[in-house]
Amino acid sequence: MRQTDKSDPRSTSSISSDAYVRETEAPYLPPPPSEVGIKGWLYNNIFQSMSDFSSPAASMRSLLVAMFTVFVFYFFATQLYGLVDFALLSAVWSDADGVKRQACWTVEQGGSLPEGWHGACWPYIFAKTKFILFGAYPLEDLWRVKTTYLVGSLLLVWVLIEPLPYRKLASLLLLVVFPMFATLMLTGGGFGYSQTTVGLYTLLGLALITLRRLGIAGRLTGVFSDLASVSGIAGWTLIFIAAFMAIIGHDFGLTNIDTRDWGGLLITLVVAITAIVASLPLGILLALGRRSQMPIARTLSIVFIEFWRGVPLITVLFMASVMIPLFMPEGVNFDSLLRALIGVTLWQSAYMAEVIRGGLQAIDKGQYEAADAMGLTYWQSMRLVILPQALKHVLPGIVNTVISVFKDTSLVSIVGIFDLLGATQSTLADAAWSSPVQSPTGYLVVASVFFFFCFGMSRYSIYLEKKLDRGH
Amino acid sequence: MLIIWVIVLTSKQLTKISKANLLNDENARGIIFQALLLCAIGVGLYWLIDNTVTNLDNQGKSLGFDFLSSTAGFQISQTFGTWLLDYEVGQSTYWDVYLIGIANTFLVAILGIIAATVIGFTMGIMRLSNNIIFKSFATTYIEVLRNVPILLQLFFWYFAVLRAMPSKREKFELIPDVAGLNITGLYLPAPVPEQGFGVVFLALLFNVPLVFFLRLWAKRKQEQTGQFIPIFWLSAAILILIPTVVYFVMGSPLSWEFPEFKDTGPMLRRGYQSGLGMLVVPEMLAVWFALSLYTAAFIAEIVRAGILAVSKGQTEAASALGLRPNFTLRLVVIPQALRVIIPPLTSQYLNITKNSSLAVAIAYPELVSVFAGTALNQVGKEIEMIFMMMMVYLTFSLLTAAFMNWYNSKVKLIER
Repeated sequence: MRQTDKSDPRSTSSISSDAYVRETEAPYLPPPPSEVGIKGWLYNNIFQSMSDFSSPAASMRSLLVAMFTVFVFYFFATQLYGLVDFALLSAVWSDADGVKRQACWTVEQGGSLPEGWHGACWPYIFAKTKFILFGAYPLEDLWRVKTTYLVGSLLLVWVLIEPLPYRKLASLLLLVVFPMFATLMLTGGGFGYSQTTVGLYTLLGLALITLRRLGIAGRLTGVFSDLASVSGIAGWTLIFIAAFMAIIGHDFGLTNIDTRDWGGLLITLVVAITAIVASLPLGILLALGRRSQMPIARTLSIVFIEFWRGVPLITVLFMASVMIPLFMPEGVNFDSLLRALIGVTLWQSAYMAEVIRGGLQAIDKGQYEAADAMGLTYWQSMRLVILPQALKHVLPGIVNTVISVFKDTSLVSIVGIFDLLGATQSTLADAAWSSPVQSPTGYLVVASVFFFFCFGMSRYSIYLEKKLDRGH
Repeated sequence: MLIIWVIVLTSKQLTKISKANLLNDENARGIIFQALLLCAIGVGLYWLIDNTVTNLDNQGKSLGFDFLSSTAGFQISQTFGTWLLDYEVGQSTYWDVYLIGIANTFLVAILGIIAATVIGFTMGIMRLSNNIIFKSFATTYIEVLRNVPILLQLFFWYFAVLRAMPSKREKFELIPDVAGLNITGLYLPAPVPEQGFGVVFLALLFNVPLVFFLRLWAKRKQEQTGQFIPIFWLSAAILILIPTVVYFVMGSPLSWEFPEFKDTGPMLRRGYQSGLGMLVVPEMLAVWFALSLYTAAFIAEIVRAGILAVSKGQTEAASALGLRPNFTLRLVVIPQALRVIIPPLTSQYLNITKNSSLAVAIAYPELVSVFAGTALNQVGKEIEMIFMMMMVYLTFSLLTAAFMNWYNSKVKLIER
């Protein structure tokens, strides 16, 4: 309500007697019908782009859009229905009579299903589940794989869920202890590395760490003090290797299982996780090298990165499987999985390096200068100031790289390693289940597994992006 | 354990004593560090090379590219490369095989790039549409195809779709009597240039600079006088009409060879007759579908991000200046969106080229399959052949990277 203030002379003088002053508040009008309800929703979401008939050209355009919409809708709906029909409605779920492939045959092919039937053959997948998940891994030792999965996923969940306590400890366990545990469980260990080698590595590692400590304290002359900081990393790596060798070298009484018997999802996870975990530190080093002031280190990093990024993964795998045996001294024999792992890791580290370099470039110059001003050495400023910020900045990018390496692991099937795709592909050759719907069913399963992992990770990446976005 | 403990303690003790550094020059440290790095890499390389030489000696092999001139004794399925180089078993050399591999790789890469760009831009724009049918279709397409490995998609197209095509003696007609499909591949009419087609081709070639100069002239005119000259239809006419006129003047010097399908006569002779029409092998189709559909999903996301990157203020400012929507799009939105789109788009094109190597899995005769696969098994020159194969991809990647740098410096925002 508007109140005319009588005490103010201006209000009476400025508004003449015939001026209209609203005494009551205007009523609230309902929103136009085109904006609310089902009609409004339909208009806004579908018909808006095809309701312009103001000119011949516009009506033509509207008509075309309408036709295209109908076409897309028809295509989309039939495809979706086709998928649901194939996977669920028309699918054969059980092979009660134990007739194997005939369970998925139509009358025409000699089975009992109606003519023109097209659906998934799930009994085939049920019969091959073990092979698709674990390959030829011996049945009596499957508990080892399952335990590894369980421990790994528990640690991962612990690291990823924020309110949980001791997440730093969990990530340390996941990155340092878990690889040793997994290798031991999966291979069976007992490789019997000589105690002296392990001891020598340990001593060398400790010596290097000592050097670093001396360097920090300034007990060493210039050159050595700077190198000492690198030697710390090298020392810890050596100790890690020594511990690794000690653990997988010790015989815990587990049967050795050759990597040729591994397969399916197990290989996919092993290759993907190893490549990711190993390529991260390599990628960091390469990214630092590429951003370094030292010309030789920079050139070497650039050459390394551009070489691996310039060639397709499949050629890298070919190279790894054909050329690594040539590069090694006589008597050293890497099995094919290890060769593929080396190839994928080197290739992946170049991509990782580029992602991390993006993060390093995004850090404000002031941060570098501030770290220098604090008197930190190069490695200290990287470790304490630059890298924590840079890595946080590119975490979504790293997750995207992880997604792509996860998908790319399927390429190892080309060099004869039975990963999820390779194992499924090899079950297609089993004549006992041969039917026209066999390969679509198999591919549907593999696609769903990959989709589940990759889509999940991409959602996590989006979540991270939102969480880390501070709105500037 | 005791020893370790003692060492740790001693080191802790030592750290407490401080002393000034003698050599505190950053440059000197850098030089020494790099010298050490070089030494380490040199030693590593020496070790690798030494091992390789020993291993090659033991296997009785030697390094060298002599094998390139010896004749290759294996069949390569009929493709663009074999047509281009006239491949003949027992006549052609391994060098020819190499070139055939490169030709087939680039053929499928270029076809893939064209298809992926078209599908990708369509999907990217559809995903931004406010029509929910378009939007949900594009979103589903992008999310599904992006999250499934390309090798699996390749297998799906090859083993699940193209293997389900009609058998050799039957056909699935796309255009009656012109194009058809069965398990042996896609049969299309083949163009047969006759006497005088070269002139038509030259006319076509001649038009491109003509249109280019026309555009240049129109642009300059507009910059000088402000007068806008609509040249789009004119250039379209030049590009299409002139060659058409020349084509008819020369007496239609292009005929088509149609594929021939027989469904009568002896059983073994039925089906498409070999040597007539243009055959596209199913491997090639599978690689093409898989590459373009997979990469299109990534291109769609790039396009979407590029369009979203142009702020709304730009469109509003353009309308405030009185530009019509058509011009707003062409002169304001698209150039700015392209600046964001082109760099990642180029790397997707590079990915198509690199991913075409997956065709080895279904034996499409591209570089990896034919050279590092079949030929390598025959000759056994691992180092040379893998080196040659990698060089192709590497050269192409580096050239693309050089182009990208050039483009980036050209379109970079000139900041105050």
